[in-house]
Amino acid sequence: MISASLVLFYIAGALTLGGALAVVLTRNIVYAAFALLASLMGVAGVFLIAFAEFLALVQVLIYGGAIVIVILFSLMLTRIEDFRVLSDNRQWPFAALAALGVFALLAAAIVGTSVRTVERRSVDFETLGETLFVQWAVPFEVASLVLLVALIGAIVLVRTSGGRD
Amino acid sequence: MIELAHFQVLSAALFAIGIYGVLARRSAVLILMSIELMLNAVNINLIGFAAFVDFAESQRALGQVLVIFVITIAAAELALAVAIILRLYRNRSSVNVDEIDLMKW
Repeated sequence: MISASLVLFYIAGALTLGGALAVVLTRNIVYAAFALLASLMGVAGVFLIAFAEFLALVQVLIYGGAIVIVILFSLMLTRIEDFRVLSDNRQWPFAALAALGVFALLAAAIVGTSVRTVERRSVDFETLGETLFVQWAVPFEVASLVLLVALIGAIVLVRTSGGRD
Repeated sequence: MIELAHFQVLSAALFAIGIYGVLARRSAVLILMSIELMLNAVNINLIGFAAFVDFAESQRALGQVLVIFVITIAAAELALAVAIILRLYRNRSSVNVDEIDLMKW
């Protein structure tokens, strides 16, 4: 018996893995950026299937709206002609071996570990908000500070030295 | 019937693809994209566990809260990494990590 959620999961998972494979295998760097976008939207779909609606929304907004745009900007600002035809470095067989090894290790761990699971269930917004803004309020504020410092640091880092005054 | 193992296997596969990208690609921007893929693999795992594991009522949202932190740190990391790549490009006029061997013995 194949349920509808399983079919949707396979569609989202295929989008995720297909996009990810395109990112690491394509020869065109702009295609890679858009494949990354497809892969991240697939992840948002997986979040929806796990009843994490809020995070699916965050995923679309932050990754689809901001992170892919930043990556496209960095492609535009660095010289893209260097990588008109992308190539992998000479160690790619070892990289493939390492990736397969990690996957085998994780698969063995998944098979070998039994977790007491229950029926898939949602977390309502009230619980999520209460956990985030009451129980985890201080780490949340620290995280926002980290983000602020990192963004200011990024601006300072790329500012041309001619702008000093 | 959808189970936790589905999410775990998807996460493991995405993480392995990210590792391949980090090790095999030569463009710094593509390495950055592969790191994003690996961070998303971790997020899938966290969300899967949050939805399926038998936590107490007060701990049910912890997985999702952790994912919010991961996304925040990922955004900070990406901004800094792009700044470093732009700086590198300005100094060396290349973002090919094979050519950046200043500290290679």
